[in-house]
Amino acid sequence: MPVDRELPTPEAADLIALTRDIADAELAPRAARYEREERFPREVFTLLGEAGLLGLPFGEDAGGGGQPYAVYLQVLEELAARWASVALGVSVHTLSCSPVDRFGTEAQRREWLPEMVGGRLLGAYSLSEAHAGSDPAAMRASAKATDDGWTASGEKAWVTHGGHADFYTTFLRTPDDGEQAISCFHLTPDLAGFSAARPEEKMGLTASTTAAIRLDDVPVPADRLVGGRGRGLGIALGALDSGRLGISAVAVGLAQSALDLAVTYACEREAFGRRIVDHQGLAFVLADMAAAVESARATYLVAARRRDAGKEYARQASIAKLVSTDAAMKVTTDAVQVLGGAGYTRDHPAERYMREAKVMQIFEGTNQIQRMVIGRHLAREAAPAAG
Amino acid sequence: MNIVVLVKQVPDSGTQRSLDPSDNTVARAGADNVVNEIDEYAIEEALTVKEAQGGEVTVLTVGPASATDAIRKALSMGADKAVHVVDDAIHGSCAIQTSAILAAALQQMEYDLVLTGATSTDGQVAVMPALLAERLGIPQVSGAQKLTVEGSTVKVNRQTDGGYWALEAPLPAIVSTWDTINEPRYPSFKGIMAAKKKPVETKSLADLGIDPSTVGLASATSSVLDFAGRPPKGEGVKVNDEGDGAQKFVEYLASQKIV
Repeated sequence: MPVDRELPTPEAADLIALTRDIADAELAPRAARYEREERFPREVFTLLGEAGLLGLPFGEDAGGGGQPYAVYLQVLEELAARWASVALGVSVHTLSCSPVDRFGTEAQRREWLPEMVGGRLLGAYSLSEAHAGSDPAAMRASAKATDDGWTASGEKAWVTHGGHADFYTTFLRTPDDGEQAISCFHLTPDLAGFSAARPEEKMGLTASTTAAIRLDDVPVPADRLVGGRGRGLGIALGALDSGRLGISAVAVGLAQSALDLAVTYACEREAFGRRIVDHQGLAFVLADMAAAVESARATYLVAARRRDAGKEYARQASIAKLVSTDAAMKVTTDAVQVLGGAGYTRDHPAERYMREAKVMQIFEGTNQIQRMVIGRHLAREAAPAAG
Repeated sequence: MNIVVLVKQVPDSGTQRSLDPSDNTVARAGADNVVNEIDEYAIEEALTVKEAQGGEVTVLTVGPASATDAIRKALSMGADKAVHVVDDAIHGSCAIQTSAILAAALQQMEYDLVLTGATSTDGQVAVMPALLAERLGIPQVSGAQKLTVEGSTVKVNRQTDGGYWALEAPLPAIVSTWDTINEPRYPSFKGIMAAKKKPVETKSLADLGIDPSTVGLASATSSVLDFAGRPPKGEGVKVNDEGDGAQKFVEYLASQKIV
């Protein structure tokens, strides 16, 4: 049941049609098997890169697709409806490209960006540490200035694509720039002393590799610094607003596929002499699921349209992330309920969707953190009136 | 190297298809109209030859105005330009009439190699390469599973039930392809954008010097008298296993000439 979308241009409609063609033929048939085998689909990312789907929100001058965020996010949602791990990977890749795009020097943008946004190179975003997830300012991994660059050491945690990525947008403490200073670096796995740990064994999204990255006195050339010295935390937090919109769209896509599965099942399965969808008690469950999916979609579109218009959108991005991932958790849980015993088995994807939804309430800022962000914005915006 | 790919728009073979009961021609309204699936392999092969040897790929289609969607698909995959023969008088033409239109269009174009899918999923007549070869006086090689161009020769492995024949023909020639020949690429987003700016030349029957009364449903050499949907599947055969189930099963397979 394709989602009927309001798209701004004919080219956006063509883009969504292309995405559906590729996702139906190349993502959907692989998803269950790769998730079961915990296998990372590098070849799928290569295909998406060739199709031009790994750089959609970046400017055409940088080799990107020049698409507004509201269109890019709907592409992500379409991908997520077939395979959430891949859509998450596209979101993370996009996040990884953005610091070089926004803060890179002309030379960095010219040399690195085309391969990155063209999708020939896969990106990872390395901010968290084992003890510094919600509070990135508490990070310990650091880079010390040397005569010809930096020496990086420490361990970064929860790195999506860790061990598979071609570049890692990495945030490190730079004590030479001040006690609290954090800077952003473009690291590549060919650097001496750079290694990925054994991937985490996760509850869901098992085709998306997550691993810690060890930096063992890694010599980092001077030109790998992205943005100014000590500017890293601002770069990281700014990128996260966009990243949260990506997660919101991924969560909506996942929730949409759980809803579609539940509706299809409810229209086929019979009990007490009629289809279960014709029992009001069950139809109300489906109605609430549909309401959750459609309202969640509206939150990310509102935030994205503000972003595209150049308006402040951090509060709306946090609301979209909070609402969409809570909706995905609820809708996927209800999908298991609608399918009953069948939903609890691995013969149907409902239980997988439910496992995949859970982490979306956790990563890219837990939903408790989103509430803190929203609360701070409310207090700040009310302050002038109160004062 | 000038390569012309013949492309046909057909109703998606993966969906419910029908004929229009008013004149027994293919029902296009309401159908999901796509590029004939096997033609995508011919497009891919044309692009592969072009990428290896240089040259230009031109798409040629005969079809209603809505067939521009099929043309755009071929252009977005990488073809350079297109010729679209569109004329209301063509509606309902048989294979022989269509071949006259295609041949007239090809005679106005420059071509070294003409490629097309081995059959279309709607008409399934599968005679177009032979008809065109006859009209144009060029060799045809049908059912290619492998194709290479060496100088002014095209070498083809022609797929057969038991294997293949290795054939070659001097250029210009027409070759039809099977779906074993390659894996068609997806258009890229940039390819879709670029396709909107590629030239599509529209030609009428008058442009081709064809008398409209010689084509179309009224003068077609064959016509569909009647049609019916596929009958529902039968009950099948039930075998009660009374200790001799395996034997009955094999006897049934033998009676159907399956073993």
